[in-house]
Amino acid sequence: MNRVVITGLGCVSPIGSSVSAFRESLFSGRTGISRIANVPDAPDGDPGVRYTQAAQVLDFDPAQHLDSGIISASNRNTHFAIVAARQAAQQAELTKHHAPGDIAIIMGCACGGRSSEESEVKNLYTRNARAHPLTIVRTMSSAGASNISIDLKITGPTLDISTACASATHAIGLAFHMVRSGMSTAAICGGHEAPLSWGFYRAWDSMRVVSPTQCKPFAADRDGMTLGEGAAMLVIETLESAQARNATIFAELIGFGMSADANHITQPQAEGAAAAMRKAIADAGISPDEVGYINAHGTGTQANDATESAAIHQVFGARASQIPLSSTKSLHGHAIGASGALEALATVLALQEGRLPQTAGVTAPDASLNVDVILNEPRPTGPTVAISNSLAFGGLNAVIALRSWSA
Amino acid sequence: MDDITKRSIEIIAKAKNIPADNINLNTTFEELNIDSLDKINISFEVEEAFHIEIPDDALGSLKTVGDVVNGVKQLVEAKEAGSAPAATS
Repeated sequence: MNRVVITGLGCVSPIGSSVSAFRESLFSGRTGISRIANVPDAPDGDPGVRYTQAAQVLDFDPAQHLDSGIISASNRNTHFAIVAARQAAQQAELTKHHAPGDIAIIMGCACGGRSSEESEVKNLYTRNARAHPLTIVRTMSSAGASNISIDLKITGPTLDISTACASATHAIGLAFHMVRSGMSTAAICGGHEAPLSWGFYRAWDSMRVVSPTQCKPFAADRDGMTLGEGAAMLVIETLESAQARNATIFAELIGFGMSADANHITQPQAEGAAAAMRKAIADAGISPDEVGYINAHGTGTQANDATESAAIHQVFGARASQIPLSSTKSLHGHAIGASGALEALATVLALQEGRLPQTAGVTAPDASLNVDVILNEPRPTGPTVAISNSLAFGGLNAVIALRSWSA
Repeated sequence: MDDITKRSIEIIAKAKNIPADNINLNTTFEELNIDSLDKINISFEVEEAFHIEIPDDALGSLKTVGDVVNGVKQLVEAKEAGSAPAATS
C-alpha cells in the first residue's frame, strides 16, 4: 500500500481565510467567535434566541475570487469550498503534476445551501412566489465537490459525504484510503459549510445545545457549542509522487477509523467513539502509546466532552490523563460538516510546528473528566503522532491519525 | 432608451456582473459568455421584473440582448392588451 502525505493546505475560516492567517490565530489563541451579525432573513429587533455568539467568516468577499455566474449559481458554502480548494491545489501545484483523472475530490458537507433554501421557502410560503431556477444547484449538498471539479478541471472520483459533524473527517479518511490503495494518486479532501441561517439558528436554539455564553470545551462550566462556518482542504498524494517531484510535505496521514454508536440520535456513546479511535490506531499500524496529541471533537456540551473523555480513557488506559488534548472549536467554532477539516488542518500545523494549540476560553477544566486539556497558551514541545476525532449526531464517528514529517 | 430596454439591460448586466454601459441591443449572448444556466436565470429575473412569463419554447431562440428586449415588449404589450402571451421571437 502507498504511504500518503499532505502536500497542500487551504482554508476559509472564522480565524483567517488563508492558512497563514489561520496558523497565526491558532497559536495566538485568537478566537473567531463574536456576536452574531448579518444573518440572512433574520427579522429586525429581538432575535428571540438564547444565544448570541457564532464563529463567522467576516473577511470573505466572493466577488474578489469568483465570477458572477458561479456566485449566483452557488451558495456561500460552495464559495468557501472553491476558494479553499484553490489555495490547497495551488500550494501543491496539484494539476501541474497530476493528470486530471488521477485526482479525487472528496468533500464533507452536512447542511448544503441552507440559507438559499430557507430564502426560497420563505418566499414560497409568505408570497406564494416562484422558486428561483437556480435553487437546486445552489442548495444541493454535493455542489462543493462539483464546483471544485469544474473550477480546477479535475476529473477523478468526486463526491460529497454527509455524516453530520463527522462529514469532513469521513471525507479525509475515504480519500486517504483511495490514495493509499492506488485508486487515485492524489486527492483534494476536506469540508465546507455555511450553516448560519435564521432557521438553522432557531432549530439549534430549540435543541438547547448551543452555548448562551461561549464554547468552553472540557471546562467545568461548559454550557454548549458555538456554531461556525468555513472550509478547509488538504491535498494528499502518495509519498512516491510527492518525493518524485520534490514537493513540500506537511505531515503524513497514517490511519482512519470509523464506527457507529447504533444507540441514540443525539446522545453519544463512549464505546462508539473508542471503537473509531482504536480502528484509526490499528489502521495506522501503531501502538496507542505512540499517540502524543488528541485534537478532540470537544464541542463544549456536557454530553460530548464527558463521553469523549470516557472514550479516551477506554482507549488509552492509564495514559489517558497524560496525553495533551485540545479542542480548536473554541477558536473556529463548530462548522458542522466542515469541522473535521478545520481540525485536521489545525492538527497538521501542530505537528509541523511542534507545538500544540490551546483550548481557548477555559479557566477551570472539569477535573472529573481527568484529561490533560491544553490551556492558556500552546504547548511548546510536540509529539510525532496525533489523532483528530469527529463524533457526530446520529452516533457516526470518524477519526484520522497523522504523523509529523521530517525530510 | 425606453424603460423596458433599460431595465432588461440592467438585469443582464447584473447577472454577468459587468457595467450596463458595455451592453447594447446588438450584444450577443456569446459575447457575454451567457450559458444555458445564465439564460434561465436572466429569464427568471426578467419575468419577475415585468410580471410576464416567457414560454419555454422561446428561451432557445434568445441570441442577443435585443431578442430579450423585443420579447419582453411583445409579452408586456400582449398582457396590457389582455391577449395571450406571444412568442418572443
